[in-house]
Amino acid sequence: MGCLALSVAAPPLGLFLMLRRMSLTADVLAHGILPGVAAGFLLAGLSLPAMAAGGLVAGLLVALGAGALSRATGGREDASLAALYLVALAAGVAMVSLRGGAVELTNLLFGSVLGVDDGALLLMAGAATLTLAGLALAWRPLVLECFDPGFAQAVGARGALWHLGFLALVVLNLLAAFQALGTLMAVGLMMLPAIAARHWSRTLGGMTYAAVGIAALASFGGLLLSFHADLPAGPAVVLCAGLGWAVSVLLGPVDGLAARLLRRRHLSG
Amino acid sequence: MSPAEIRLADLTVSHQRRPAVHHLSGRFAPGSLTAVVGPNGAGKSTLLRALAGLHRPDAGRIEGAAGQVALLPQGTALDRAFPLACRDVVLFGLWAETGAFRVIPRAGLDRAEAALEAVGLGGFARRPVGSLSAGQFQRLLFARLLLQDAPVILLDEPFNALDARTAAELLALVKRWHGEGRTVVAVLHDLDLVRRDFPETLLIARDPIAWGPTGEVLTAPNRLRARMMAEAWAEQAEACAA
Repeated sequence: MGCLALSVAAPPLGLFLMLRRMSLTADVLAHGILPGVAAGFLLAGLSLPAMAAGGLVAGLLVALGAGALSRATGGREDASLAALYLVALAAGVAMVSLRGGAVELTNLLFGSVLGVDDGALLLMAGAATLTLAGLALAWRPLVLECFDPGFAQAVGARGALWHLGFLALVVLNLLAAFQALGTLMAVGLMMLPAIAARHWSRTLGGMTYAAVGIAALASFGGLLLSFHADLPAGPAVVLCAGLGWAVSVLLGPVDGLAARLLRRRHLSG
Repeated sequence: MSPAEIRLADLTVSHQRRPAVHHLSGRFAPGSLTAVVGPNGAGKSTLLRALAGLHRPDAGRIEGAAGQVALLPQGTALDRAFPLACRDVVLFGLWAETGAFRVIPRAGLDRAEAALEAVGLGGFARRPVGSLSAGQFQRLLFARLLLQDAPVILLDEPFNALDARTAAELLALVKRWHGEGRTVVAVLHDLDLVRRDFPETLLIARDPIAWGPTGEVLTAPNRLRARMMAEAWAEQAEACAA
């Protein structure tokens, strides 16, 4: 259930990230959450509220920090992001190791469905609801800010503000997903369906539906796989999403490989 | 269309303290059609961005521009593979009226269709932006300007990389705006075009060289001066005392 909720909410966010050429940012945010979650774990053990609060704070800090850092150091956002996420990952792993063992570490990084309790389910459902409502409200400004930030600034659309709100939603979704999928794998359910959807439609609306569909299938398939083959849930779901992506690249009607191999004769005009 | 005047008072705009527009004063008269001319790096684009409120002046003032201006940026680095339909792009021109949330009225949709028609993209409303050529994309951005319906229109090298027919049709639109009493400022490099169609010219090379009727501005001595100033580059410039 929780994964389905996330499947509806996360892929549209991934679409916007992809369209802004910020696919890597989601990865960085996911890593950024880890030290916060780890801090919560250090202070309160495996308690969901503590870890979620820690993750939320850390994720928002990284989201704000990455933007500010790249502006302050003159562009090269990718380099600042890479630096940030390496540090965050190392810090997170070190902090978890201080108190927990390998089992806790694996659970945090890669998720465990059995760790999903009522609280986590509520968090997932709440995050999904908030995300969908937020996206429905902010659709127009977000599209404009993605497509033409200069124009958005010129007409006073407060693009930066919308963008920050959007990043907050991304953090929220990653956070909701970490319990089931783990901090590292949570990104997969967000980005892979979005990237795959590009091969199924040329319009933003169509891409959104395709992404949600692929994500839902991947969640379902991944959880079955995880249960029957005794795999951690996160990698299983992400592998399924990856399969969806591979199929899309091969067979998708838009820029798919098969469509290119089966070259149809060009149109007459 | 109520005519809009823009006054510049000792305007300086810079990048990392290097002035790109240096102590520029003057006015764009209401309803005037002005070409901004100068060598590369002369501060033409920076001036337009400052007029549009996208670049904060270091010193001096811009009066009369706030909220009146629509800008067509230079050779935009927009992602032309973005999954949007042409009509959606044009409709962003209504932002001042609809903002982020308000429903786009039926009349707005009609205006978008009419604007697409006016720039020669009739029937393109549902086509994805990605299917357009560079020239068609520029036409699309002109359609968005039409919807913005601003009293002041700033165009940064609007005819670059366009074939003759597209350039001519878009120039006709610029003249139409001029005829409607809008204040139009265009950065241009084609001096023949400026002489033929633009009554006023501002020649800058960081510092203003000349501003006035085109015939009096585009003289050989003025242009030589502009070139010399653009090539000078003080490695160890002092803080400007003026």
